[in-house]
Amino acid sequence: MSDVLDLPIAEQADRVARGEISAVALTERVLARIEAKSKLHAFLHVAREAALASANAIDQRRARGEKLGPLAGVPIAIKDALCTVDAPTTCASKILTRRNAEGTAGSTAEHGWRPQYDATVVARLRAAGAVLVGKTNMDEFAMGSSGENSAFGPMRNPWDQSRTAGGSSGGSAAAVSAGLAAGSLGSDTGGSIRQPAALCGIVGVKPTYGRVSRYGLVAFASSLDQVGPFARDARSAARILEVIAGVDPHDSTSANVPVGAYEAACGKPVKGLRIGVPEEYFGEGLDPRVAASVRAAISALEKDGCSVHPVALPHTRHGIATYYIVATAEASSNLARFDGVRFGLRIEPARSDLQTMYGKTRNSGFGPEVKRRILLGTYVLSSGYYDAYYRKAQKARTLIKQDFDRAFEHVDAIAAPTSPTPAFKLGDKADDPLAMYLADIFTLPASLAGIAGLSVPCGMAPATGSEPPLPVGLQLLAPAFQEERLFTLASAVERLTAPNGPALPPS
Amino acid sequence: MAITRETVLHVAKLARLELEDAEIDRMQKDLGNILEYVNSLAELDTASVAETTQVAVVGAPLRADEAEPCLSNEAALSGAPRSNNGGFAVPAFVEE
Repeated sequence: MSDVLDLPIAEQADRVARGEISAVALTERVLARIEAKSKLHAFLHVAREAALASANAIDQRRARGEKLGPLAGVPIAIKDALCTVDAPTTCASKILTRRNAEGTAGSTAEHGWRPQYDATVVARLRAAGAVLVGKTNMDEFAMGSSGENSAFGPMRNPWDQSRTAGGSSGGSAAAVSAGLAAGSLGSDTGGSIRQPAALCGIVGVKPTYGRVSRYGLVAFASSLDQVGPFARDARSAARILEVIAGVDPHDSTSANVPVGAYEAACGKPVKGLRIGVPEEYFGEGLDPRVAASVRAAISALEKDGCSVHPVALPHTRHGIATYYIVATAEASSNLARFDGVRFGLRIEPARSDLQTMYGKTRNSGFGPEVKRRILLGTYVLSSGYYDAYYRKAQKARTLIKQDFDRAFEHVDAIAAPTSPTPAFKLGDKADDPLAMYLADIFTLPASLAGIAGLSVPCGMAPATGSEPPLPVGLQLLAPAFQEERLFTLASAVERLTAPNGPALPPS
Repeated sequence: MAITRETVLHVAKLARLELEDAEIDRMQKDLGNILEYVNSLAELDTASVAETTQVAVVGAPLRADEAEPCLSNEAALSGAPRSNNGGFAVPAFVEE
């Protein structure tokens, strides 16, 4: 832990503010590490020049005696679903690339679309002094749980490179786990922050729906999408959330609710907090090593003064079906904008008409999972099927939300596994879309309910004959806009299960 | 639930996806499996349940109806595959 890059965010920012290390030197160090770890494929674009330029600007501000922001000089990575004016933005899709000389879609993200504006969260990070080191790899349009749907090849888990870093924000999680950034942003529609955080052994926060602006986030499912931070520890994630949260006139779904004191909430006593444990999350399909680690963390919280209570979330098992109807329906509508007219790819054979151009552009630009979801979403919204699927799923969503409303009448937070298994092998589920969807069983219900969620490392699954030790994540859920409670509990879990600091992957 | 090849083609047309032949077979199989799975929702009694379309939205305020700076014409066209006379250029879509 001697390298400054492995320190928590507050300490990195303090060292830059005190002049113990220049922002440029810190940036050069992280860029060298990114280069050394390029096999992880965590990044689609490394913003070398832009990062050094913004680090230099921080150093100059310091030299002039100006006040520096809370993230001054801190290297932060951005999921490629968020718009950045100075770096390509592709959502790991070929449809947001330009045609190359051979007339086919671009083969790397370097041919990607250049947005005309920054996402609000990106602008807020810049204003806080963050040094944006690059755009991270992901499942195409955030559709996937393993990273294998990236059009540019999957990212890899720093704990074992033959395994998934999770998805869809796997690149953002792998980057932080390997120390290629002190923090990162991801987006969570059905678990895309919490699940990769669990699989990579770091903290990932899915804020309450509306807590963080989505302006400049490429939309997947608008009633579910939410931007949130990754970091190696709860306090570092809290600092990022405090910077990016808050109402935004450019996003009418952003909530005009005061931003909490998330960093100050870390380290507060947990005595008296009521923790609900849903037995529905401990049933068939749960890896016994995950169950043991999660239950041990809950016992540790109990010994530390929390009270633990069983709660019922009886509609949990309907979460996957509900989600894959609601999310694909919304995606089929949102992704209609990728039509070869205003940005990205266009495939236009000679003398073709508009419909042919649309059909050929979309079919060559989108990958198989995105097409599968567009087709499913179009089907469930189409005449004759709307009531049986889409309307039914919206009603099931009400039942799932009511489960949480009832549980939170009796408890302050819910504790459960984030993922049913530790990181699985790349390729294990790649040919079976339904098996891949089941990986999200524990994260989807909270997304449908729009509540606050977080995954914090709670231990390691012991090595088996075929597996090295792999991280396990504890999922903490709280009512809407109660993120402070999650940070208090997560920092207690860290203190109780990893008193010497977070476990780091082999270097 | 089985889904016919014709249904796949119909939905693909609505979604403006010109699928290759091999893809049609694969999608027919995958969509059939997924629809069979999501049909499990049918067992839920939802006769008296309201629909949830959006959660936790607080306010959704309207802003004052005042003009604000927006993208220049040049910036708006900067990512376009083809543009012409200050607009996005598309292939012909009306019969002459």
